[in-house]
Amino acid sequence: MQAGPKSASDPLSSDRRDAAWYVDKAVQVLVFVGGISAIILIIGIFAFILIQGVGFLASAFDLREFFGSPRWAPTSDHNTTYGALALIAGTASVTGLAMLVAVPFSLGAAIYIAEFATGRTREALKILVELLAAIPSVVWGFIGLSIMNPLIIHAFDVPVGLNVLNAGIILGLMAAPIMTTIAEDALKAVPDGYREAAEALGATRWQIVFRVVLPAARNGLVAAVLLGIGRGFGETMAVLMASGHSINLPTSPFDSVRALTATIAAELGETAVGSEHYQALFTLGCLLFLVTFVINLSADLIVRGVRRR
Amino acid sequence: MDSPAQAAQPSAAASGSKLAIRTQALNLWYDTFQALFDVDLDVKQGIITSLIGPSGCGKSTFLRSVNRINERLGYVRTTGRVDVLGHDIYAPSVELVQVRKHVGMVFQRPNPLPLSVRENILFGLRVHADGEQRLDRERQGQIVQEALEQVLLWDTVKDQLGEPALRLSLEQQQKLCIARLLPLKPSVLLMDEPCSALDPQATSAVEELIWELRGRYTILIVTHNMAQARRASDECIFMLMGKVIEHGATDEVFVTPEQQETANYIEGRYG
Repeated sequence: MQAGPKSASDPLSSDRRDAAWYVDKAVQVLVFVGGISAIILIIGIFAFILIQGVGFLASAFDLREFFGSPRWAPTSDHNTTYGALALIAGTASVTGLAMLVAVPFSLGAAIYIAEFATGRTREALKILVELLAAIPSVVWGFIGLSIMNPLIIHAFDVPVGLNVLNAGIILGLMAAPIMTTIAEDALKAVPDGYREAAEALGATRWQIVFRVVLPAARNGLVAAVLLGIGRGFGETMAVLMASGHSINLPTSPFDSVRALTATIAAELGETAVGSEHYQALFTLGCLLFLVTFVINLSADLIVRGVRRR
Repeated sequence: MDSPAQAAQPSAAASGSKLAIRTQALNLWYDTFQALFDVDLDVKQGIITSLIGPSGCGKSTFLRSVNRINERLGYVRTTGRVDVLGHDIYAPSVELVQVRKHVGMVFQRPNPLPLSVRENILFGLRVHADGEQRLDRERQGQIVQEALEQVLLWDTVKDQLGEPALRLSLEQQQKLCIARLLPLKPSVLLMDEPCSALDPQATSAVEELIWELRGRYTILIVTHNMAQARRASDECIFMLMGKVIEHGATDEVFVTPEQQETANYIEGRYG
């Protein structure tokens, strides 16, 4: 970092290295480190998970068993199997149901906030939605356990209320605020000229929303849903508490299931570091990481696609 | 203050003598800011009337109160009367949707909807026909062709009807924005500086088009460009500080203005 030898008479260049110069350089370095830290961390985390799980991948891992067998029995004395199918199905069913709950809620809320609410109502709603997003997941899990559970037992006359339905609703409500915020951003990004043009042609507000704004914001809305799915896949505590945590291939919303994330959370503390079981859990982690990474990346690319256009 | 009623007397009879737009004591406030003061205007049917005046004089505001698009802001208050073809458009029984069907608007920046060229033309019909019987494809094609032919665009875009309208050039986009009004058979076209985003060539093409539409529609056009007002309008209205100062045949307003303010503005002393 040397300032080149410049003639002192050049008024545009300065060789002075005063406090401001050092502050400037220091901040430059700091900002650069901050900027690349995200990349370093994400690569580092993936490498860590992969290294922890690689022993399992190299030895006991059987692709067909892992993705094909619903039997997750790492602690069985005679027949240890690592079938993740039931766990994948558990996560997928809960997330799928969550999206059925969250998509209508969040799109409706986003449309109302972005297109209809004005002034104070709008500001109040935006703040409330953000507050909703800040509720800790264990609190949601608690609601699932203590409120939803008896409610489902009574309403549907089933023996257990901790199941796909419970976890799906809880997860849907958890994912909805974030999806609402992102979907609202997408709607806000639609140029006002479109609305004005449609209104001047005699369109009503609903026609403007359905015929102009929603199609124009399509990519952003898809991204919002994808991020919601990513959230659903990664959520641990609430799902652990509300889903019943029993290994099952669900055939109805009233079956208890176990999620990938919940399995890791519940079992990792009980295993010997470096054991086959331990490594298998990290392999589950790799799978989760890849799925959420791909979902988030595609959401991001879709949003960028909107901007480019 | 000069009596606006007196100032608004058109001094020459251009073609057509029926009134398309008549306003009486039109006052308009944005929140607490008053933008229009007792505007009394008679705009004749079938001719081109231009609105000139310095920035902020209320000419766009006036234009935007003729189809009530001003109201989308939510903090606009209007008093007085605006008649379009004899109907008070601020009457409580009036449906905004119908007002906008009869009074089309073209904006400063071309703002085609993010749909195909074809769907842009059909948009007006679709929103007005919601729930009613659907047009068959053949009729739709006919409507699209007629509208595009009227704005001299058919030959250049007939092979791109399915493409996004945003891919057209600005000139084509602005013509499309005019074309999409036509299937609704409006009687009045409001144009808010329709050429201000266009280059000189496109400007003259759009001006030619506006001249071409003269007679079939009543056209009220806001412009910053005095040369444009002079060469492309029959009558001219000069506004200043929210008031109408002068309204007359374009030639007379430009050559022998009655009011000193008009003369000053036209000579370029301000604005």
